[in-house]
Amino acid sequence: MIELISETRCTGCNICVAACPTNVFDAVKGFVPVIARQEDCQTCFMCEVWCPDDALYVAPDADALTGVTEAELESAQLFGSYRRAVGWAAGGRTRPPPEIMARLDAPR
Amino acid sequence: MAKPTPAAPTASIEHDADVLVIGGGPAGTWAALTAAYRGARVVLVDKGFCGTSGATAPSGTGVWYVPPDPARRARAMNSRWDLGGRLADPAWMRRVLDRTYANVNTLSEWGHPFPNGADGAQIRTSLDGPDYMRLMRKRTKAAGVRILDHSPALELLRDASGAVAGAAGIRRQAGDTWLVRANAVVIATGGCAFLSKALGCNVLTGDGYLMAGELGAEFSGMEFSSAYAMALEHGSVTKTRFYDWAEFTYADGSPIPGAASKAGRSVIARTLGSGKAVYSRLIADPEEQVAMRHAQPNFFLPLDRVGIDPFTDRFPVTLRLEATVRGTGGLRIVDDGCATTVPGLYAAGDAATRELVCGAFTGGGSHNAAWAMSSGFWAGSSAGEHARSLRGRAGRAVFRAGGAGVAEGSAARIDPQALARRVRDEVHPFEHTYHRHADRLNASLERLDGLWAGLRDADSAAFGDAQRTREGVAMLATARWMYRSSLARTESRGMHRREDYPGRDEAQRHHVIAGGLDEVWTSTAPAHSPGEEVLAA
Repeated sequence: MIELISETRCTGCNICVAACPTNVFDAVKGFVPVIARQEDCQTCFMCEVWCPDDALYVAPDADALTGVTEAELESAQLFGSYRRAVGWAAGGRTRPPPEIMARLDAPR
Repeated sequence: MAKPTPAAPTASIEHDADVLVIGGGPAGTWAALTAAYRGARVVLVDKGFCGTSGATAPSGTGVWYVPPDPARRARAMNSRWDLGGRLADPAWMRRVLDRTYANVNTLSEWGHPFPNGADGAQIRTSLDGPDYMRLMRKRTKAAGVRILDHSPALELLRDASGAVAGAAGIRRQAGDTWLVRANAVVIATGGCAFLSKALGCNVLTGDGYLMAGELGAEFSGMEFSSAYAMALEHGSVTKTRFYDWAEFTYADGSPIPGAASKAGRSVIARTLGSGKAVYSRLIADPEEQVAMRHAQPNFFLPLDRVGIDPFTDRFPVTLRLEATVRGTGGLRIVDDGCATTVPGLYAAGDAATRELVCGAFTGGGSHNAAWAMSSGFWAGSSAGEHARSLRGRAGRAVFRAGGAGVAEGSAARIDPQALARRVRDEVHPFEHTYHRHADRLNASLERLDGLWAGLRDADSAAFGDAQRTREGVAMLATARWMYRSSLARTESRGMHRREDYPGRDEAQRHHVIAGGLDEVWTSTAPAHSPGEEVLAA
């Protein structure tokens, strides 16, 4: 579930307000968006992928809040970690060699 | 049913279009694009955001991309034939393979980042969800389609003949209403996962089924709706492929006999249903682990964030209901252009029946992705042609077609939270949806029918509750079509498992058709061509 928006990182672009498919955020004029409908979050992580400032954190628990803090997330380098994993951060991501990827093709 | 409002409906913003597409996932965007390329004026509405909404965008998916080599195509079709309970239609399988091949090649031309294989050629058998849907949004806008985001449709419009004439809904962020008059409408609203929080699926509440059902559309295969997908306990990432590498154990570490992701998931359901925890661990060598992490980063996302190494730690898993999203039931298709039984109304993607290509079983993924882009293409194409052929016709009177929760009624308004909870209480338990029995289906239906009787005269919802109210009504209607269809199939076939009829009955190699709102009915329709045709493909 969406846990927090970092006021330090957020630039107020409101992309998350538009991109969230379940309309969790509300824009606030002159400020960062607010998490207005936390219980509607479906834990799809799309806000993290679309956020250009790596300012949001979605905890993997879809059923309850964890109460993780911004300081904990910064120290664990979790902000932006999913955007990097899918290759949307600057520099993209490096694909392992084809012979390694082909290991998944063997029938199981 | 409440009577349609006689006066011409109005809204804060109104558009006239040839084609209205409801739903902005893969099926909807392919439909909108194709209609626009045929010269149609197209509006696409999405209840969320076209580009992130639905099961595909957060997920990534394999795609049934098979080069046109007769031997490979025959193998691809045969591999699904028995799995699907011999209910697929070989002619449709062939045309889906053809269409998917062409569409995926188009995606490559558009710049989708397919990786290269060892021979330097692109590997086009899977699609990264975020990239795919961002690209589809971009192409849809560039084609001149008007996209309305955060604009849930609440009801269809119809003309005096009963043909569809557009739709109406709300713009939840603008706080006003929209109305689109159109000569053709494509339902691309996805399946119904009953708010289970399966990945990306909470927007998939059967809205399109309800709206089409209110115009008299028919359904096919709604008994094939018993899909559950595995996830880390309390997690949402219902990516099941890597559980092919898994061992499953009880809390004490002892193996669970017969438990497996494929052909053993019902053992896992029974274990969880009996209140026991199920633990998983993936057995893979270091190279496989590297490949897995790259192939599906979202599989590892929740595990990494809670500090679980799935290759060394045992971690608890759960099953989340995906119902018709990974099932195959949906709106009945009556021609090659994905027309429904309602004039002017088309269906694509998970909103439509996928029995034509998958029969009675799909694990989701590649076949659903192939079906979405193929059926979207055909629905958009035929909707565009149909609508353009009606251009210049004198203005027709249009009426609102929505019933419970959107039409005015004499009874109290619906409590959307309570309604959703009661429907979920019926459909989420494994013993209702996964393992079926006439006694439990009948008891469930009695409660669901009672719920329906209690809300059919409800007054229209207040603006702030309109979407949730209609979602609840849609889930209720969907559950009733699912369970009536499940009762009608007195055998086990594909994903449909009846404890009271565990065997397959060859006399029931037919489709179960369903429809109706106040009175839900079922009938049967013959299955398509015989199996020999597949073997000769």
